[in-house]
Amino acid sequence: MTALLEVEDLRVSYGKIEAVKGISFSVKQGEVTTLIGTNGAGKTTTLRTLSGLLKPTQGKITFDGQALSTVPAHKIVSLGLAHSPEGRHIFPRMSIEENLLLGAFLRKDSAGITEDVERAYALFPILGERRKQAAGTLSGGEQQMLAMGRALMSRPKLLMLDEPSMGLSPLMMQKIMATIVELKASGTTILLVEQNAQAALSLSDRGYVMETGRIVLTGTGADLLHDESVRKAYLGED
Amino acid sequence: MHELPQQLANGLILGSLYGLIAIGYTMVYGIVQLINFAHGEIFMTGGFGALTTYLILPPGTGLWLALPLMLLGGVLISVIVAVAAERFAYRPLRGAPKLAPLITAIGLSLALQQVVEQFYPGAKSGRSFPQLPGGPYHIGSVTLQPADIFLFVAAPLCMGALAAFVGKTRTGRGMQATAQDPDTAKLMGINTDRIIVIAFALGAAFAAVAAVGWGLRYGQVSPTMGFLAGLKAFTAAVLGGIGNIYGAMLGGLVLGVAEALATAYIQEIPGMHQLGGGSWANVWAFVLLIVVLLVRPQGLLGERVADRA
Repeated sequence: MTALLEVEDLRVSYGKIEAVKGISFSVKQGEVTTLIGTNGAGKTTTLRTLSGLLKPTQGKITFDGQALSTVPAHKIVSLGLAHSPEGRHIFPRMSIEENLLLGAFLRKDSAGITEDVERAYALFPILGERRKQAAGTLSGGEQQMLAMGRALMSRPKLLMLDEPSMGLSPLMMQKIMATIVELKASGTTILLVEQNAQAALSLSDRGYVMETGRIVLTGTGADLLHDESVRKAYLGED
Repeated sequence: MHELPQQLANGLILGSLYGLIAIGYTMVYGIVQLINFAHGEIFMTGGFGALTTYLILPPGTGLWLALPLMLLGGVLISVIVAVAAERFAYRPLRGAPKLAPLITAIGLSLALQQVVEQFYPGAKSGRSFPQLPGGPYHIGSVTLQPADIFLFVAAPLCMGALAAFVGKTRTGRGMQATAQDPDTAKLMGINTDRIIVIAFALGAAFAAVAAVGWGLRYGQVSPTMGFLAGLKAFTAAVLGGIGNIYGAMLGGLVLGVAEALATAYIQEIPGMHQLGGGSWANVWAFVLLIVVLLVRPQGLLGERVADRA
């Protein structure tokens, strides 16, 4: 299988502080790839750079055969890269349905959009029941579902999910993780960023461990799950 | 309490003017959190744009016929000035500390005043503005001039068009999204730079309509007409809840009516006869602002900005 996304020697800085210090990784078509690591490891910075919100100081990003680092943020989604950001960032004063429709902002096929809205409601029935409700009034878990549903509305080739389980109850977290498995089964390629290493690695084909801006370890999800240093650092075992 | 209906009408007319200008402050603030203090001067250039259009029309053109062209000319000039200001003065400062664009706005405001004063023939002492024929019209005990009729028609039309644009069009939805969360709007594929330009242009267009109404009502346009009008309109925007387009119009109307009533009636309160009349109108307008901000800091229709985490 070919790599859908290829990142080579990526560096990103905030002013004088370098947050990502030359990382290389790839995401293969049809797989779930995870970046794990503690707070401040540079995972979110990496995703924000991939979607054009931050500009790299160095490095090469190739997505679906195209160089990304000079493409402005608002054009990235049309290339097939969708980003569900950390902290969900739904549009609080708009309804659930309006949020989903914004996910399809660049699409012109109204029949297909209607179909995809219904598909999002099928994936997350609670959203369908409250479609006219202001998104800001939803619970954290429901907002997460909405953020994922919204990202799917562009029919992406690659779905990037940043901390989808953050702040959720264990039950809601299970539901979100089950959805990721479901999406993978339907052929969606996913790049996942998680602090919940156990849950993330157990559903991933490949994982990368980040520490202070660098990738320190890589392997299949199962390998990393059984790796002693990972177990110590991220799974709370001595 | 004589002439109350007339005072209310005067207040609503003045308020329509404030509201039309206030929309420009509120839209730009809602999207880029910038107080565009040059907006009063953008309003002023619209007045001169309309006057110029009238002057190049063949002499003797009926004013009701000339009016649409004057509006077009005024809107064109205001929009050009506003879009150029955004592109060359504000955009390079995006991401800079908030004080930098604010000072730029004040500088731009003075520059525009001076340019018109120096280079527009006869502008310094004010140029007389053509007057609509006909009138005055008497409706019950209220007397209205043709210029008042123009504003009573133009303000609701503009407001309705804006509401439809923001609520129903794709670009309008992009504008709402950009106001609520600019980074995430980009992730949706919204060109936020373009949305910002549109916000400046729309605000300028409404300011130009107000400038034509101003010229018709007061009979002249001058380089400094944007100063107090802009300050009042900014007050209206804050009063209504800055960032909210309906709040801007509501704030304008409330401010206009309060000013008209204060001018007419404060002097009738025992012991306050020296605090009434036209010379105190501005004082009461700003007193109203202070009182509203004390009781309701987010303005009449504003929301607390806690959801902007």
